[in-house]
Amino acid sequence: MNTPLKDIIARCEGLFEDLRFASVQEWKAAAPGRKAIGYMPIYVPRELIHAAGMLPVGIFGGGDQMEVIQGDAYYQSYICRIPRSTVELGLTGRLDCLDGMLFPSICDVIRNLSGMWQIMFKDKYVKYFDVPQDYDDAIGGEFYVHEMQALRDDLARLRGAPVTDDELRASIAVYNDNRRAIRDLYAFRAQQPWQAPTVELYLLLRAGCVLPPEEHTRLVREYLAAAAAEKRTKRDNARVVLTGAFCEQPPLGLIKSIEMAGCYIVDDDFMLVMRWLLDEVPEQGDPLVELSKAFLHRSAQTPSKYDDKKEDKGKYLLEQVRTRGAEGVVFASPSFCDPALLERPMLQDVLAKHKIPYTAFKFAENTGQMAPIREQAGTFADSIKLWSAA
Amino acid sequence: MKTFIGIDLGSTTTKALVIDEARNVLGRGITNSRSNYDTAATIAKQEALVNARFHLFREALGRTGALNGSLEDFLGQLERDFRLEQFVEQLADLEHTCRRNAEGTRFGEAAAAVGTALEELFRRLRGEAPELFAPGAKRKSDFFRDIAGSRYLAQGETLARETGVRYDMLLNVFDRSIIEVENRIYGESISKHLLAALDRTFAAMPQHAARGERIRAPIQGMLDMALEEAYVIGTGYGRARLPFSKEHVRSEILCHGLGAHVMHPNTATVLDIGGQDTKAIQVDPNGIVESFQMNDRCAAGCGRYLGYIADEMNMGLHELGPLAMKSTKTVRINSTCTVFAGAELRDRLSLGEKREDIMAGLHRAIVLRAMSILARSGGIRNEFTFTGGVAKNEAAVKALKALVFENYGEMTLNINPDSIYTGALGAATFAWRAVTEEGKVVEHREAA
Amino acid sequence: MTTPIQVMPQAAPARKPPSVQKEDAMWLQKEMITRNYHELASAHAEGRKISATFVPGNLNELLMCFDFVRRLPETDALQNGMRKKSGKMIMDAERDGHSEDVCTYVKTDLGMMLQGEFGPTGEPMPHPDVLLLSYTGCFTFMKWFELVRQKYGCETLMLHVPYQGDAKISPNMREYVVRQLKDKIIPALERISGVKFDIDRLRGYMKESAKAEEDLVRVLQSAKHRPSPIDGYFGGVYYIGPMFTAFRGAPEATRFYAMLNAEVQERMRQGKGPMTPEGELAEEKYRLVVEGPPNWTHFREFWKMFYDEGAVVVASTYAKVGGVYDFGFRHDPERPLESLADYCLGCYTNLNFPQRIDMICRYLDEYSADGLLINSIKSCNSFSAGQLLILREVEKRTGKPAAFIESDLVDPRYFSAANIKNRLESYFQMIKQKRAAAVH
Repeated sequence: MNTPLKDIIARCEGLFEDLRFASVQEWKAAAPGRKAIGYMPIYVPRELIHAAGMLPVGIFGGGDQMEVIQGDAYYQSYICRIPRSTVELGLTGRLDCLDGMLFPSICDVIRNLSGMWQIMFKDKYVKYFDVPQDYDDAIGGEFYVHEMQALRDDLARLRGAPVTDDELRASIAVYNDNRRAIRDLYAFRAQQPWQAPTVELYLLLRAGCVLPPEEHTRLVREYLAAAAAEKRTKRDNARVVLTGAFCEQPPLGLIKSIEMAGCYIVDDDFMLVMRWLLDEVPEQGDPLVELSKAFLHRSAQTPSKYDDKKEDKGKYLLEQVRTRGAEGVVFASPSFCDPALLERPMLQDVLAKHKIPYTAFKFAENTGQMAPIREQAGTFADSIKLWSAA
Repeated sequence: MKTFIGIDLGSTTTKALVIDEARNVLGRGITNSRSNYDTAATIAKQEALVNARFHLFREALGRTGALNGSLEDFLGQLERDFRLEQFVEQLADLEHTCRRNAEGTRFGEAAAAVGTALEELFRRLRGEAPELFAPGAKRKSDFFRDIAGSRYLAQGETLARETGVRYDMLLNVFDRSIIEVENRIYGESISKHLLAALDRTFAAMPQHAARGERIRAPIQGMLDMALEEAYVIGTGYGRARLPFSKEHVRSEILCHGLGAHVMHPNTATVLDIGGQDTKAIQVDPNGIVESFQMNDRCAAGCGRYLGYIADEMNMGLHELGPLAMKSTKTVRINSTCTVFAGAELRDRLSLGEKREDIMAGLHRAIVLRAMSILARSGGIRNEFTFTGGVAKNEAAVKALKALVFENYGEMTLNINPDSIYTGALGAATFAWRAVTEEGKVVEHREAA
Repeated sequence: MTTPIQVMPQAAPARKPPSVQKEDAMWLQKEMITRNYHELASAHAEGRKISATFVPGNLNELLMCFDFVRRLPETDALQNGMRKKSGKMIMDAERDGHSEDVCTYVKTDLGMMLQGEFGPTGEPMPHPDVLLLSYTGCFTFMKWFELVRQKYGCETLMLHVPYQGDAKISPNMREYVVRQLKDKIIPALERISGVKFDIDRLRGYMKESAKAEEDLVRVLQSAKHRPSPIDGYFGGVYYIGPMFTAFRGAPEATRFYAMLNAEVQERMRQGKGPMTPEGELAEEKYRLVVEGPPNWTHFREFWKMFYDEGAVVVASTYAKVGGVYDFGFRHDPERPLESLADYCLGCYTNLNFPQRIDMICRYLDEYSADGLLINSIKSCNSFSAGQLLILREVEKRTGKPAAFIESDLVDPRYFSAANIKNRLESYFQMIKQKRAAAVH
């Protein structure tokens, strides 16, 4: 018996709205000694956490339903919102279910937050997780394998037992499967965006931030089956790639607004952690070396990652546009997001050279006014249709 | 009698407060801050000193018992009569200035007609003046600019209709003249006005005539008593423009902290939300500031935000609070940005949310910002004193009470009806300390 | 002044205009900067190659080994700010598609090039031949040079310096930087410059650096004395100038620091206060530690708010942005590449929060400061994000009061003199009042 679509979505919504992370608490309570490790965007090798028998939990801010008081006390008005709401989550005890927190290398704000977390939550495991900006196996790869080994050692200490290579390989296999499911999901949406509205895809990805990967993979596959069976109306929308929202998240209303205004989102950079590694990580060999190679040579591009050559700039975005058959790009960047906003002119330059239309706006995770965004996305969709008709 | 005076030069109003050697508050004065801060400070101080005289009359007359049972009525009448005397003098000055400004070539051929019209206009203003200060008369403001201005405009319009003199010319004359007049100080006239007012009061209340001397003597006594200005301290937004030496200037943070402590001695945390900024101040048991935080460049946490919203909604600033109080549910307003809040507000209206519910959300939003600034300064400790213009807004107070309870539990919240004078009270107390604790306030660097 | 100016005959200071007072060393370093801009302008005509790199983690000794004329885009931006040119440049860059939210150093640099590629002194500013992206302590650096590369096609070399997330330099981190230097940066610099790398030449420069660093530390630590003979923030900017830019490792910088140190030690012996643009500070009333970079567009006005009140900055974190020397690190010619790696890894903004807080608390104590002032810079998230926690922690640990003001590096729109002055005055008076209360 297949799970009905509306039940799948309702479950994802429940997980998304629950800022006390009851599902994580339940997972931990189900067996003694279980631990959960939080991580922030963009990318951490979740395989390591999983291999240590722990639950990786993606923390993507507090959304638009939470009032931020204490978090605001730590940040000036010119800093983005995700660190504020994350601090608020922490200081109000909502993250007590986490035994540790990883802050990946993404920008100065999140980097500094790692040290703030060390001071504010002294009894928790806190790590700034650096990833290489040098892509040679012998240099950046060496460094990265060491960084991963350090994390592996820390997790082993928390767990009270080493994390074996076999455990790591098994976890790589679990995540390979998860990545396959998500690739299928993205392919399905690109083919029939009316059958898989982005708001549903988004909620599915968010569910993957709190569910064990095996369970999440099943959920994605159930969704694919249910969504394919659904009868939904195809609309005459423009096909767009949404980019810039790789860290602070737009409110659900914003994603809905874009699609309601006449744009089908056919690719995006939400929750890149789940699609960062672009293909299968070999399940044999030295697991850390394989994870490193996948990172160095076969991973997504994003503003926080250095482009080795000028020619590489925008390659991934162009590829998204090409393979998904997109007609334009929507830059949705969080206000005060240095990586996204500094990258934007370069990407726009590349798009202009390829005659790909684009539009741009800024948001915050608690943006309340949707009318201007509906207006802008609608105008963009109309203009795309005019161009293609001409 | 030695007095100690604090003057708080705010961005919209200037306040002064006088205390005596026992630190009793003798008088308070307020005026609109004008282009010339010096004048604003002088006038506020004068008002406070007048207010102090009335305080002294009340005490003196209270002691004699001459007005047993009708002391307040008598003093009320006396104050109205005094205000009338003051008003009449300033009105004469305004007339003189207006007529001078109407001369010359500015109005060409119309000059003579304008002059005649002004004569008639001021005759009518003088005529109606006593009504303005009659018992129970409602005035929107006590500032000369506002009272004289509104009556001038009303009478001017009528007169223009009657005589055909151009209204814009009358307006032009007023605009030029009022600035001159409001920047003049009538310091020497106070005694004269009080004595003249006393005559008016006896005329208005003939029942007291029999005890005339028993009433006049203590008043005269208090009037003759010199109020020595032992020390003046200036503070507030415009303090740097006061013609005071550095020794006579204190920051408004310090004055606010001390003022709140004097009003409510158990104060530990002070929140002040004014038009320009929001301050969170922590004070020790002696009223000494331990730390403070102010809003950053973002205006969302201060009174300006409400002013902006009032404009957006096409409402008066004072109507916002009462409207929000009618709310039955609070709509969440997320925008901490003043400008975006306007867009969000229109969005919510178009979605069919009720105005009062949106208003309640906006009040909560402004208080949320203040809560963050408080958290930045070290949180809220008991007792908690709330001051500034926004403390008069009942919806803001309601939101604050709720948020304080949610985040800090049960707290004593002090809101003083005279909270507008908090800074001035702190300054006056500093003036008192400078004199009475002299030698103790000099700097001891080694001690730090 | 005891040290004769003749130590550097080729750089005799210009005659002092009567309106501004500076120490001799300040005039000298101004002269050095002007000369550097001149060298940049004429480099290509003289067949020399130009490098560009950032102040934190700048490998000046290494770049000198390849005869590059050295450009530091942050210095260009701040010079443009001090000369009131940055406002227009920022607006030009914003018109060109850059967000109002992002770093104004970047926008000043891009705007300068949009305006016709003239440097702050008005001389031509040619494109660099290589961008050495020493990615130390600031994510924006990466985007900055990517933007320059995108527009002008300059060859870009990434030197990834990992962050001290765990408050230490692990062998893995050091090795990573050394490997990049050895296998990537040095061969590429050889190729671009056509000059063969000579490690002994590098050692020679590093020896000079170490000597100059020794003197710089003495200068900065003179502020422990009462009264402090220097201002470690506003004055400090002049003192760190040569060390943090194109001169560290050059003999002229060593001479500069010897002269500066002699000058400062003499001031200290004579019990003099720091030099301000309006002459010597007569009375030291407040001793402060400052965290965060200064504002450059209103630098003098900002400084005046301090010296008018008798406030002296005895130590600042900004004076450590191009290298933290006061806790013992020196460039070490005996282990050249490891030492360059340690230098990069140890720059102030590459330290984690607990390290930064420790350092500030230490300064408050060792320099007997009255309190901490944070100048929070809108452009600079590396410094600014989380500074309010620094403020709270430092107050908690030291019991000394801290205050918070906001401005920007080079955006004149983001400097509110009235606001800053108001807060500073309140802060100074609070310190004074607390002192008075302490003796009651």
